[in-house]
Amino acid sequence: MAERERRLTPPYGGVFVARTRVMTADDMKRATKRMAHEIIERNQGLDDLVVIGLQTGGVPLASRLCDALELIDGTEVPVGCVDVAFYRDDIGLRPVLPETVTDIPCDLDGRTVILVDDVLFTGRTIRAALDALSDYGRARAVQLAVMVDRGHRELPIRPDYVGKNLPTRRDEAVDVTADGVDLGEMVK
Amino acid sequence: MNRPVTNPRHGRLRSLLSISDLGPDVATGISEVMTLTDSFVEVSERTIPKVPALRGRTVVSLFFEDSTRTRLSFETAAKRLSADTMNFSVSTSSVKKGESLRDTIETIEAMGVDAIVVRHASAGVPRQIAQWATSAIINAGDGWHEHPTQALLDCYTIRQRLGDITGKRIAIVGDIRHSRVARSNVAAFTALGADVTLVAPPTLLPPSLEGWPVKVSTDIDAVLPTVDVCYMLRMQRERMTEALIPTIREYSARYGLNERRAELLPDHALIMHPGPMNRGVEIDAAVADLPNTVIVDQVRNGVAVRMAVLFLLLGSGTTWGGEADV
Repeated sequence: MAERERRLTPPYGGVFVARTRVMTADDMKRATKRMAHEIIERNQGLDDLVVIGLQTGGVPLASRLCDALELIDGTEVPVGCVDVAFYRDDIGLRPVLPETVTDIPCDLDGRTVILVDDVLFTGRTIRAALDALSDYGRARAVQLAVMVDRGHRELPIRPDYVGKNLPTRRDEAVDVTADGVDLGEMVK
Repeated sequence: MNRPVTNPRHGRLRSLLSISDLGPDVATGISEVMTLTDSFVEVSERTIPKVPALRGRTVVSLFFEDSTRTRLSFETAAKRLSADTMNFSVSTSSVKKGESLRDTIETIEAMGVDAIVVRHASAGVPRQIAQWATSAIINAGDGWHEHPTQALLDCYTIRQRLGDITGKRIAIVGDIRHSRVARSNVAAFTALGADVTLVAPPTLLPPSLEGWPVKVSTDIDAVLPTVDVCYMLRMQRERMTEALIPTIREYSARYGLNERRAELLPDHALIMHPGPMNRGVEIDAAVADLPNTVIVDQVRNGVAVRMAVLFLLLGSGTTWGGEADV
C-alpha cells in the first residue's frame, strides 16, 4: 500500500497487516489478460483507445493492462496516468499532495478512456478522476477497469471490468501489490 | 502572544513569511514546494488551466506598495486553483481615512477570508499581521526584508534550466542593501547548497554581512566568467534616502550587465532579474532579450510556484486524521 494511501486510511498513518491472500500474482496476470480480452471485445478493437492509470495504485496495473492489450491485438495503446489530488472532495480535510505529475499522452477528444485503478471502494476517487479527465477534453466514453471491487460505494459508480469481486467489511483493508492481493486490516 | 508559523498539530506551514519558515530543514521544504510546482506547471500548460482544488476559499491581496507581476501572479494562481480573489487597493481604501493596520486586518478577516497576501514598505508587517490574523499570511515583499515566493520561483527556474542548484555558482549583482529579493534568495540558494557571490559597490551592501554564507566582490568582470547564474537586481532608487552611488551612469558602467559583460559569461550561464527591469541601468536592453535570459520563464514559473504555496497553505492538510483543526 502506497505511503499516501496509508496516510488516508483510518486509523490514519497505520500499517497494513495482511490476513488472507485473495489473489496470487498468477491470478492477477490471468485477470489482467481476461480484462484485456473483454476490453477488445467491447470496443471492437483498440482504435482511439487510451489507458490511464490512477495514482498511485492504478499506474502499474495500467501498464500491465497495456502490455496485455498489445500482446493480443498487436497495436500499441497510449498509456498515461492521472493524479486526482487537486480534484478530491476532501481537500483541506486531509493532507494530499500529488504523487507525480499527471501525464495524459494525447488529446482525449473523441477517444475512449480506460481508467484503471487497483481497488474500487467508495467511488470518490473515480468521481475526482472523471472531473480531472474532463479538463483534458471530451472523451467519447470512459470505462473503468479495477483489479478488486470491494463494494461499499458512496456514489453511483460501477466498474466495467473487474479482476475480482471481493466482499469486505468496511473496516477491512485491501492491499494490491505486484505479488498479489491481500485482505487484512490497518493497525496503528 | 507569539503565534507559531507552523501549526503545532501537524507541523505544516500556516503562513509563509520568510524562507526560514519552510521548516527546520529549509532545503527539504523548498524541494517539497518544487515537486508540487511541477504538477502546477502541468496544470498551467493545459487547454483549461484550472483545477477545483481551492473552491470556496478566498484569497485577499493587500498591497501597500506598487506591484505588477507579484500581484497579478498571485491573483492568477488563486484563480487557477478556483479560489475567489479580492483585491485591496490601499489608495482607495479606508486606510486613507486613517484606519489602523490592525483594524483593516480585522475588517478583512471578519468577511471570512482564508489567506492574505501582504506587501508592505516596512519589514516585519506580514509577521505582525500573522500574530493578529487567523488566516494564512503570505509575505509578498516587506521592505528590505524578504520576498519568499520570488526566491522559490527563482530556485524553480534554475532547477528547470540547469537541473539542480546544489554546487551551482550564483552571482547576485546590484543593490543588495535595499533588496528583499536578495535576502530571500541568499537564504534559499545557500540552503540548497549553492555557492553565492554578492557583487556590489560597498555602499550598496547591507551594513553587516555577519552570518551570511556568501562571498563578496566589487569586480563584476572577474566574477562573471566563473558563474552558472548571474542574478541582476534593480536599483531601488525609491528606497535610497542618501547618495549611495555617485551617478546612475557610473553605476551602470561599473556594474551594469552590458553586451560585453554578457559575453564573459559561460555559454550555459543564465541571466536572471526579478523585475521590474530598468533597461539601460542594471541590464542593457539587448542583454535582456538574449536566449539565456530567463526573465520571462521566471514570471511564468511564478504563477505555478504561487499555486503550490497557496495549495500547501490552504489545500493540503489542515488536519491529520480527520480531527477538527484549531
